[in-house]
Amino acid sequence: MTTYKLKIVSILTFASLLFVQCGIDEDFNDNVIEQDGTCEDGIQNGDEDGIDCGGTHCPPCEEEEINFDGVFVQEDVMGRPTINTFFSGTNTLKNEYNIIATSKRDTISADFQPVFETILENYYDVYALALSIDPEEFNYEANILEWDAETYTSIVAYYDALQVAPEGPTTYYDSNSGLVLTGRSLSDDVVDVSLMLMFGGTDGTRLDGTNGTPQLTTDEVDAGDRDFSLPFPYLETPLIVED
Amino acid sequence: MNKTKIFAAISGISLMLLSVFLISADHIDAPNVEGTSTDIADFYAFEGDNPNNTVFIATLQGILTPGTITENATFDEDVLIEFNIDNTGDFVEDLVIQAIKRGDTIHFFGPATPNEVGTESVVLTSSEHHFVRISTTEETFTKNENGMSFFAGPRREAFYFDFNRFNDIASGAAAPDGFYPQGESEDFFEELNTLAIVIEVPNSMLGNAPAHILGSEGDINNLPPAYNVWVSAKRKN
Repeated sequence: MTTYKLKIVSILTFASLLFVQCGIDEDFNDNVIEQDGTCEDGIQNGDEDGIDCGGTHCPPCEEEEINFDGVFVQEDVMGRPTINTFFSGTNTLKNEYNIIATSKRDTISADFQPVFETILENYYDVYALALSIDPEEFNYEANILEWDAETYTSIVAYYDALQVAPEGPTTYYDSNSGLVLTGRSLSDDVVDVSLMLMFGGTDGTRLDGTNGTPQLTTDEVDAGDRDFSLPFPYLETPLIVED
Repeated sequence: MNKTKIFAAISGISLMLLSVFLISADHIDAPNVEGTSTDIADFYAFEGDNPNNTVFIATLQGILTPGTITENATFDEDVLIEFNIDNTGDFVEDLVIQAIKRGDTIHFFGPATPNEVGTESVVLTSSEHHFVRISTTEETFTKNENGMSFFAGPRREAFYFDFNRFNDIASGAAAPDGFYPQGESEDFFEELNTLAIVIEVPNSMLGNAPAHILGSEGDINNLPPAYNVWVSAKRKN
């Protein structure tokens, strides 16, 4: 081993002390392998590819510093599910939206609010045309949060982030507590919340399939057999193809 | 139809709306990113099992069917996934947590103040640095250091939606009934997977939260202070 390599090894060992607590600490109960413990014993053991590096549980062996150089340019962005699910409109609009900074969706050259308001009204127009109703007579009405079309689509366009509260429950909408947009948990039915805001009117039931109205306030789909009660990383293991 | 049509006509967008192909969450994205490694599928932010922590989840690359497609799905070394946190209320990121692949590992930097805000970023290599081995369909790897937890790899899709019926509604084909009743409705995402990045962070690392935006903009009182958070995918230039 050359002096150079010795130096590398000592740097790696030091680096691992700084950054890594790795080792084998398998919790077979839920098949999660937690990478903590130590990969810091200074010898190549287990399935390590080098001293305290490589293999299944230690950080990769590195002969050189990893390169993170470069400038990275935005190609996609997401805050709330609302825009991408219900207001994305045309391909051109989607592409434009994805490359603009979140704080800059209200500029003259890229004002998304009037576009989104048009998309909202367009859902009503599509229905009116299909039912031979005058589109002028079938429009969005203020929703359960008392937002008119301009207010609603302004919040969608100009403030497109998830709000997440560090204190208290985090929910997309909870009709019992009245909390709205304090987070988005895995179990939140964001589709039904959005549909209610778009089609539910002031009491949330305007177009709910009763009294001759179309059912537009819920897609009647729930989480099914998904389990949202799991510990970190909270998501279920991937589905596999049964043999 | 109302006066807002005028605005859209100016921007030349509205005429295409009747034939629009809508997407769900961000699962099927704009043509410039659809099916690419910058395609964000979905985004969650919620209180962790430890109530002093916030969890951020980004899912990527949309629709992965179980089997070979899921097993072959990979993160991209040229794509920086950035979790943005605005803790002042101006919707400009004050802190970012960055995630990027190198080898069989995802490296995480932050939370840290970005060098510049907006659509261009560099990796904040001098900020707090952690990494976790990328999980597979067979094995789950997680890392917990300095109060933060990290995961990256394939997971089951959590989003649920009758996507096909919604497209019929948007096109008019579902008139006059609208969505199907229970029993006939179908969750398009039920049997799908996604690539996920999960980070759990102590709130003490995120600064004080600003007044909730819906107080000033939505006239809703009594909401707790809340960070504004979003995720972006940025490709190396």
